[in-house]
Amino acid sequence: MSPLRFLAAGDLALSVELGDEISPDVNTRVRALEYLIQQKALAGVVETVPSFRALLVYYDPRAVGYETLCDRLAELAEQATTAVLPPPRTVELPCCYEPEFGLDRDAAAERLRVSPDELVRLHAGAEYLVYFIGFTPGLPYMTVPERIRLPRLETPRVNVPPGSVGIGGLQCCIYSVESPGGYWLLGRTPLRLYDAGAAEPTLLRPGDRVRFRPIDRAEYDAIAAAVGAGTFRPVIR
Amino acid sequence: MIRVLDAGPQTTVQDLGRPGQLRYGIPPSGPMDLRSFLLANRLAGNPDGAAALECTYTGPRFATDAPCAVAVTGAETAVTVNGAEAPRWTTLALKAGDVVKVGAARAGVRAYVAFAGGIDVPPALGSRSTYLRGRLGGVGGRALQANDTLALGPASPPRARAVPRGAWPAFGAETTLRVVPGPQHDRFTADGLAALLGEPYEMTLQSDRMGARLKGPRIEHARGHDIISDGIPLGGIQVPGDGQPIVLLVDRQSAGGYTKVATVCSFDIGRIGQVKPGQRVRFAAVDVAEAHRLSAAWEAALAAVSLEESAA
Repeated sequence: MSPLRFLAAGDLALSVELGDEISPDVNTRVRALEYLIQQKALAGVVETVPSFRALLVYYDPRAVGYETLCDRLAELAEQATTAVLPPPRTVELPCCYEPEFGLDRDAAAERLRVSPDELVRLHAGAEYLVYFIGFTPGLPYMTVPERIRLPRLETPRVNVPPGSVGIGGLQCCIYSVESPGGYWLLGRTPLRLYDAGAAEPTLLRPGDRVRFRPIDRAEYDAIAAAVGAGTFRPVIR
Repeated sequence: MIRVLDAGPQTTVQDLGRPGQLRYGIPPSGPMDLRSFLLANRLAGNPDGAAALECTYTGPRFATDAPCAVAVTGAETAVTVNGAEAPRWTTLALKAGDVVKVGAARAGVRAYVAFAGGIDVPPALGSRSTYLRGRLGGVGGRALQANDTLALGPASPPRARAVPRGAWPAFGAETTLRVVPGPQHDRFTADGLAALLGEPYEMTLQSDRMGARLKGPRIEHARGHDIISDGIPLGGIQVPGDGQPIVLLVDRQSAGGYTKVATVCSFDIGRIGQVKPGQRVRFAAVDVAEAHRLSAAWEAALAAVSLEESAA
């Protein structure tokens, strides 16, 4: 295990770095540390934000000092392993890979020297760890299998619709709101990763496992209609 | 009930925000200038967390259909009731049918309008604050529009009081902001850090509740401007490849992959929200212990503001 680093982030937050790489091992320790903080209701901690290899800890300096908090976090970090985490959820995301949504599917396949079908098989065949959620509401940070890594688009799109599934660099991205973006678009899910009107606006949580299930356009439309009507229940195990 | 006649360019409902949601990518939102917001609520006889309006550059014109009390703080604006000038930083008692106008900001950017009883919109994730990009909270997740109506919570009429002039914020051409270096100050050259703390930076038009983009001396990186994406604290000063700082604010993205050279202290965040494009900010470094001492002093000074009885 690499040594912990504590970095001040203003007067209300500090960052705990648990490693220097993007790996499931380091990220698991980050989420385990967050989980232990929640379980033990660590005094003075206001909010935590996990990321690939760091946990941002917001605290109330009236309730706990910086040095004391660092000491307590260091103690908890020693116990922060997979063993303390509850079993992860697996969330199934239906995804339509037809070129109407997968605008870059064929170009990405050509670049990777595989057929479009093979690219879909490789993408949908993998299980994805949600390292963390962020940037926009409900957007999961996930990595793609080695075989389908390629540089991001040279010219990002100005507007990518929510639900679009893209790959680029290390990452697989699912756009949660309409935004600009530089990922190669392979398809689109009819599920809403962020729904401002819902009691729980975000579908995914840090630590979830995601699996994509290829669907055709007819099923996409049927699920989208059910989602719109509020009758669709995502498959979560 | 309050009826909005003109909304102004960006008037939103804000309360103290929604902490605890950054791990789902949802920022806290809340007022840009916390101090002016809190004082408006105090004048209206409200608890700190009551929802009020945040106005940007120009405030709204609105009518009330029942007697109520209102207070306007923050940016320096012309406030009128039925066309007659009315004092800012003062509890104003309104009669049914009164029309209030909060004019253009002559100094500062954001004015706050608090009503006795607070604005009663449905909370979203425990808060009434508007998060515009996420279309969450406030009135349908958006800025106010003409013909919107706002219900107020129950309230007994507050005493008419005023914030003494000495406790009003000063809006100068140059604002100094205290920062704690880091989290990634070690990713910058000595010259880069000296630049940050040297000459002033200019506020640009590309600034909003998400972040303030500044223009000035280049903050030079020692080895690249990308890091493994991590959480962005309130006030984090992100420096992309062009060496120009962006201060991340209440509606910030929860995470990002640019180096953060320093973090603006919580007690100075509110002052950024009042800096107009073209005006300047300077950064001054303090360590964490000093920042905590200053933060406690800031809170004590705010608690010690004693409201004067007012004739208005």
